[in-house]
Amino acid sequence: MQFMLLFSRQGKLRLQKWYVPLSDKEKKKITRELVQTVLARKPKMCSFLEWRDLKIVYKRYASLYFCCAIEDQDNELITLEIIHRYVELLDKYFGSVCELDIIFNFEKAYFILDEFLLGGEAQETSKKNVLKAIEQADLLQEVRHNYFL
Amino acid sequence: MALKMVKGSIDRIFDKNLQDLVRGVRSHREDEAKYISSCIDEIKQELKQDNIAVKANAVCKLTYLQMLGYDISWAAFNIVEVMSSSKFTYKRIGYLAASQCFHDGTDVIMLTTNQIRKDLSSPNQYDTGVALTGLSCFVTPDLARDLANDIMTLMSHTKPYIRKKAVLIMYKVFLKYPESLRPAFPRLKEKLDDPDPGVQSAAVNVICELARRNPRNYLSLAPLFFKLMTSSTNNWVLIKIIKLFGALTPLEPRLGKKLIEPLTNLIHSTSAMSLLYECVNTVIAVLISLSSGMPNHSASIQVLYTHTHRLFLKYLGLLAMSKILKTHPKSVQSHKDLVLQCLDDKDESIRLRALDLLYGMVSKKNLMEIVKKLMVHVDKAEGTTYRDELLTKIIDICSQSNYQYITNFEWYISILVELTRLEGTRHGHLIASQMLDVAVRVKAIRGFAVVQMATLLDNTTLLAGSGQHKSICEVLYAAAWICGEFSEHLEDPVHTLEAMLRPKVATLPGHIQAIYIQNAAKLFAAVLNGQQGTPDCQTMQESSQLLIDRLPLFVQSADLEVQERASCILQLVKFIQKLQHKEVEVGEEVTALFAGELNPVAPKAQKKVPVPDGLDLDAWINEPPSESESEDEKPVAVFAEEELRHARPHHTEVDEKELARRREARKQEQANNPFYIKASPTSQKDSTGVEHIPVVQIDLSVPLKVPGMSTSDKYLKLEEERRQRERKERGKKEKKKKKKREKRSGMGRRHDSGPESEEDIAPAHMVDIVTEEMPENALSSDDDEKDPNDPYRALDVDLDKPLADSEKLPVRAHRPTNILKSPADDGEVQEVPKEPKKKSKKEKRDKEEERKVRLLWLRCPNGEIQCTCTKSSKHKKKKQKKDKEKEEKKRKKQHGHSGDREGEESVQNGTLEEEPLPVCDIQGNLQNGSQVVVSIIFENKSTSFLKSMEFNVLDSLNSKLQRPEGSGPHDGLTVPFQLPPGVSNEARFIFSVQSIVMPQRLKGTLTFIVKADDSSTHEKLDFKLHFTCSSYLITTPCYSDTFAKLLESADLKGTSVRLQEVSLPFHHLLAKICFHHHFSVVERIDSCASLYSRSIQGHHVCLLVKYAHQTVTIDAKCDESSLLGNVLEEIKKTFSQS
Repeated sequence: MQFMLLFSRQGKLRLQKWYVPLSDKEKKKITRELVQTVLARKPKMCSFLEWRDLKIVYKRYASLYFCCAIEDQDNELITLEIIHRYVELLDKYFGSVCELDIIFNFEKAYFILDEFLLGGEAQETSKKNVLKAIEQADLLQEVRHNYFL
Repeated sequence: MALKMVKGSIDRIFDKNLQDLVRGVRSHREDEAKYISSCIDEIKQELKQDNIAVKANAVCKLTYLQMLGYDISWAAFNIVEVMSSSKFTYKRIGYLAASQCFHDGTDVIMLTTNQIRKDLSSPNQYDTGVALTGLSCFVTPDLARDLANDIMTLMSHTKPYIRKKAVLIMYKVFLKYPESLRPAFPRLKEKLDDPDPGVQSAAVNVICELARRNPRNYLSLAPLFFKLMTSSTNNWVLIKIIKLFGALTPLEPRLGKKLIEPLTNLIHSTSAMSLLYECVNTVIAVLISLSSGMPNHSASIQVLYTHTHRLFLKYLGLLAMSKILKTHPKSVQSHKDLVLQCLDDKDESIRLRALDLLYGMVSKKNLMEIVKKLMVHVDKAEGTTYRDELLTKIIDICSQSNYQYITNFEWYISILVELTRLEGTRHGHLIASQMLDVAVRVKAIRGFAVVQMATLLDNTTLLAGSGQHKSICEVLYAAAWICGEFSEHLEDPVHTLEAMLRPKVATLPGHIQAIYIQNAAKLFAAVLNGQQGTPDCQTMQESSQLLIDRLPLFVQSADLEVQERASCILQLVKFIQKLQHKEVEVGEEVTALFAGELNPVAPKAQKKVPVPDGLDLDAWINEPPSESESEDEKPVAVFAEEELRHARPHHTEVDEKELARRREARKQEQANNPFYIKASPTSQKDSTGVEHIPVVQIDLSVPLKVPGMSTSDKYLKLEEERRQRERKERGKKEKKKKKKREKRSGMGRRHDSGPESEEDIAPAHMVDIVTEEMPENALSSDDDEKDPNDPYRALDVDLDKPLADSEKLPVRAHRPTNILKSPADDGEVQEVPKEPKKKSKKEKRDKEEERKVRLLWLRCPNGEIQCTCTKSSKHKKKKQKKDKEKEEKKRKKQHGHSGDREGEESVQNGTLEEEPLPVCDIQGNLQNGSQVVVSIIFENKSTSFLKSMEFNVLDSLNSKLQRPEGSGPHDGLTVPFQLPPGVSNEARFIFSVQSIVMPQRLKGTLTFIVKADDSSTHEKLDFKLHFTCSSYLITTPCYSDTFAKLLESADLKGTSVRLQEVSLPFHHLLAKICFHHHFSVVERIDSCASLYSRSIQGHHVCLLVKYAHQTVTIDAKCDESSLLGNVLEEIKKTFSQS
């Protein structure tokens, strides 16, 4: 996977994760282009589209669009599954997640994503393990936090 | 200090935290930019404070702002500061920010290397995890090179959580630093058998990604993956493996046969759509690879179909079909209607996919029908992009494989003409080139084409209105040229001539006007020629007058080309008019101006002209110009360039060379400049774009019917009628047909690929496609070079070849500069394990815990030695005995590398484990005959954290540990890392050795602090380093004649040795000597062999080994007798042990 973007129906970016190093300018350009393209699509259209030399896989959950860019040979359906799995993880972590959760705890959303994907590849397929790792890391953070306050 | 802390936390109460910022941004919708700029000012203040909590908070907010699209690169250094915080909470934020905004061009990345290394070896697995995650996003080639070894060590971490991440990140490391692939691969392969499923799946992931790019190198892993595939139940892993097989099958068809069954089983059994899809894809790949061997696969294709339909997603179904199409076009062609339906789909990507499919589905029979449907879509299509796509597809479909499927070119021309009516297309140029191509290459169609083109020219719609991005007027370029070139087919040349010289033409782009004028001249010539001999010369005079009247308009043109041509032709016509008044016949002469036939040239013709012998294209023609010439590079314009060349031919030559040289220099500079972001390869190619002159385009706001145009439908009907007629006649004229077909096939058209019924469709008239011209003795090679910039290409390495020493991963050296300057030196280093001499009370208490520090793998550039030094809480008295035992065990390991490994001996440097190289083989090179590099891997076997390690050796007169300048002769060297439990790392030390004739033993100690949960203790570990004489030898090949001369020379002193009861076969014996003592065999006759080696200080050592009745006699000669004696002693030892 090359990158993952989360954006709202209004086109506001909520989360971006790049697995290829690009300059900010390029990232912005790509983001703008993709958000426009995806938002312009009607609900009944299919979840895949070809864009430059990449394939874009996106899915809408409530008001949020989850959008991934994969390479030509990658499997679109497993990418959809990755998106779904990530949504499930967010859901479990926040307890029926909504857009606001991600807006206000955007760093947590990143941490969960980082436990789930690494360098664009799924690193942990077990939901339980991902959540366990996050909880423990959070615990570590809490303890230290309290200690130093 | 305390006050400061308090002050810090009070400050923090007033600071905005992330939530406040988000809320603020949301409530300032109107003046967001203003609000954020005030926030950024605040953040800048916060970053100036010493309190790390405040800084982390600021960085966290910046990360949020970065997402909103604000530049935060100015805070990169602060991010690094937060990354290096010891508190996980802040470290996490720092790494997150870094992973979001660092990229290859971020210069502070250089500063992070040590911090990341520290975090990687942190005792807290989450610190390590967060560092790995961050690294995966911003790893640069430098970071990859410096950290590859650390990450590789982590691949064997005790925690699966770390192993998994380390394995995955290796892929990124390989991409950035391809040299690391070969050394790391054995360990990666090992991870396929990891007990943890997560690690296993990570390893599968990485290997699959690697194999997809360069499948050939991974064929040997196929059996392993096959086993995994049949045993695994994890769909994620299965998908990757199946994808991998998809890449492997084209290389190994036998694999495909084996795969079909398990894959079909999976297809039938799985409920996961993604897995099904992957299976289908791989089955297709298998079928493709098998298609050569097995002719009929319609059955399996049928199976495939039912399942591709199960893929409710049309898009993927189409995708799969397009793959099948490549090898089994017939089976897909029956689905034509389905595909055509997809053209009506709302979704553009589905429509585009369907179009791609159509491209492969057309045949002679259905081409017209399909194109007709497409034309309907063109009319309906909304949005110019899709319409343009349709247009190009229509042209692609029709023109594919040299117009193979077109039977009626009149139809095709009228399709092209219809396409010109398209509103606002970008592809006027494409249509124009098609018109030109067809008119030039299909002789039979010229008459028809010319008539059509004349109508186009006459029709003013194309001229009317000019807009920004309308390129349709390009068509007129083609039309004008065709009318001029093939003017003999014109019905009314004078009329066309008039049409071409209308004042409105002056609104066209320059290059089209130029063509108009030139072809008006051709037409004029044709008119003159046509009127030749007729008594009525009025037409001729009228047309001359017409030209004289109209051309002055063009003489005033701003376009150079138009102006030049116009004035030239104007003068010519004036001259002709004069001659006409004198009633001179000029028709022929004027026609001669444009005589000669134009033949198409193959696109690669130029490239294929062989370079004549003796011509060196790279050689300088003139002396390279001096530097002082003008600095700025001028764009090279075609015409300007040519003019210059006429004026000062010599000078321009120099100029061009100079430009090329500078361009090269600049590229070089850019390549070396780490801050330069390289442009994509495509954009670099057209650096000297000269072809295109900006085109003023014409707007066509209303689509208009072209009056007087024949429509393509008419031809469609005509064609159908014709085919029916022919079908009737076919019965009668079977024999005649055959002849005709033979004739046709002689003209370069292919007929054998279509379905059988297609053969029967004859073209409407004799179609002569002129084949493209190639230069004489053109090279036949069709070169499709790989893109040299492909990042995956570097990873195309042979993984089965044993590792060369130069390939080992760079390990952080103790004194890297030193090593760089004098790479590697010699001397065997052995380490003798020793028991601790001292034990503390504490240790006694921890008796069971057994803390061990191991020194493993003494390593030199050419080899390594494995050694153990165990520190355990045993009694002092046992020391001697234990020591001995250890040594023996070690020996066994060295010589046998059998499974006799002690329980505590665990970490090997993964690169070596599977290598047939001796573990204790250390060789130096001749560059510095007095240095020895000792690399030691420290592994922490205990459960505590070890830090502040200091390495010290008691120098002897002969050998000294090299210490940094300014330190005393007894100071220890700090080991530049810390060791969390279960982690190993490597350090290098350099020794200087004066004499190499004697073996050396050096005593040393390692001191370190053991940090337990509640306390920390100082510990010490003694060891010995053993430099043998054999290790000062270097395997040097020697020819038998040189060897003979050496033996004859008087400098060498001889001695001999006798080994009793050696039961080894002779070749084993030789191998052993060569292996352990660095000799090379010069010559071998039966059970007698001569061997040679050389020391790092240049001593020659010659051996003559004879073997009879379990007794080995070694006669040896060397110019240094004590060295020889010691070497022989060591050889003796080797055999007494075995």
